[in-house]
Amino acid sequence: MSHAHPLIALLKRDLTLAFRTGGAGLSLAFFLLVIVLLPFAAGTDPALMRRIGPGVIWIAVLLAVLLTLERLFQADLEAGVLDLLVAAPAAFELLVLAKALAHWLAIGVPLTVLAIVAGLMLGLSLDAALALAFTLFVGTPGLSCTGAIAGALTAGVRRGSLLLTLLVLPLYAPFVIFGAGAATLAANPTPPETPLPAILLLGACSLAAALTALLLLPSAVKSQVD
Amino acid sequence: MFGGVSFRLENGAALVVRGPNGSGKSSLLRLLGGLARADHGTISLDVGDGPVPAEELGRHSHLIGHKGGVTDAMSVEANLRFQTELLGGNSSLMDAALTRLGLMPLAHQRAMTLSAGQRKRLALARLITAPRKLWLLDEPMESLDAAGEALVQTLLGEHCASGGIALIATHGSAPRAARLELALLPEQRASA
Repeated sequence: MSHAHPLIALLKRDLTLAFRTGGAGLSLAFFLLVIVLLPFAAGTDPALMRRIGPGVIWIAVLLAVLLTLERLFQADLEAGVLDLLVAAPAAFELLVLAKALAHWLAIGVPLTVLAIVAGLMLGLSLDAALALAFTLFVGTPGLSCTGAIAGALTAGVRRGSLLLTLLVLPLYAPFVIFGAGAATLAANPTPPETPLPAILLLGACSLAAALTALLLLPSAVKSQVD
Repeated sequence: MFGGVSFRLENGAALVVRGPNGSGKSSLLRLLGGLARADHGTISLDVGDGPVPAEELGRHSHLIGHKGGVTDAMSVEANLRFQTELLGGNSSLMDAALTRLGLMPLAHQRAMTLSAGQRKRLALARLITAPRKLWLLDEPMESLDAAGEALVQTLLGEHCASGGIALIATHGSAPRAARLELALLPEQRASA
């Protein structure tokens, strides 16, 4: 007799689905393709890559995340799985947050790791690539939380991907500003400037997004169920 | 959508809900399953230790409707395991449930390959693996074959015999276990 907690069951199922149905894989492949195309578009000048590489990688991460948001809640709404969440003997708030967490684990974490490879491909030093990955590690939870709210709000909209994009991209602006800012600074050290303040602000953005998700995500999902 | 509906069901009772399309049968079941809120009125469910709070109605009921909560990309077995664990059921009952519903040979097939009747059977399997007091079945016989219909009859009979309560919305013939009938008539519709 097994008694897996409803939260664990949902987390396990969302992670398995993300990797098995290719949602995560496609998003990672998209990310890598964008990075591979960059030298064709902008050349391979090392100094140029150091200046624009971290920013381009951050933008590519945003777009790769964006690709996965439309189906995050829509698929479960259509199949009636969101109805089951209401019927589960666990706090609905925690269940919908578990979906956002699963999204980060399936998309944000692999993109963070892959960004090291992408950075090296664009000619960044290992230190710069690791610093870039660190900014993504701090920022991607915020991307998942913000994206989950928008994904939930547009889940009932047919072909809502454009609406979703327009809703999310402006909200992602602070993450790009601080995240790409810190990563660019780390790749182009210009003392006395350090990337630390930008990373702290990025962390604050992620925290704010997580708190907003805590407050808004349950009612956003509930509004689709009712 | 509708108004002026009031009823009380004792343990072991099954109620057939009838009414023309759009009269609110599904909405009534969703209200009772905690998936929607009523503008007026109260719903009270007693599971033995006092009334269940309105926001926890869903935890004591199974609503099985047109959307069965089945994930296409997962196997039959994985779907049932997920539903059972999510709903706090007992996964050691899974084999029995799959066998009774005739899904054992399909257990490792992806749900997207199932026919409409097989999907319905998969949705019904959680009635067995996660026992709950209140069953809310929206057109349970839809797309089931004769054997499937007989199975739903038997499951309903067992559920009511063990003190469960069931509401069945249907246009077809009433299940044997259901001796009570509620008709939602168009004139009962209040302005929304």
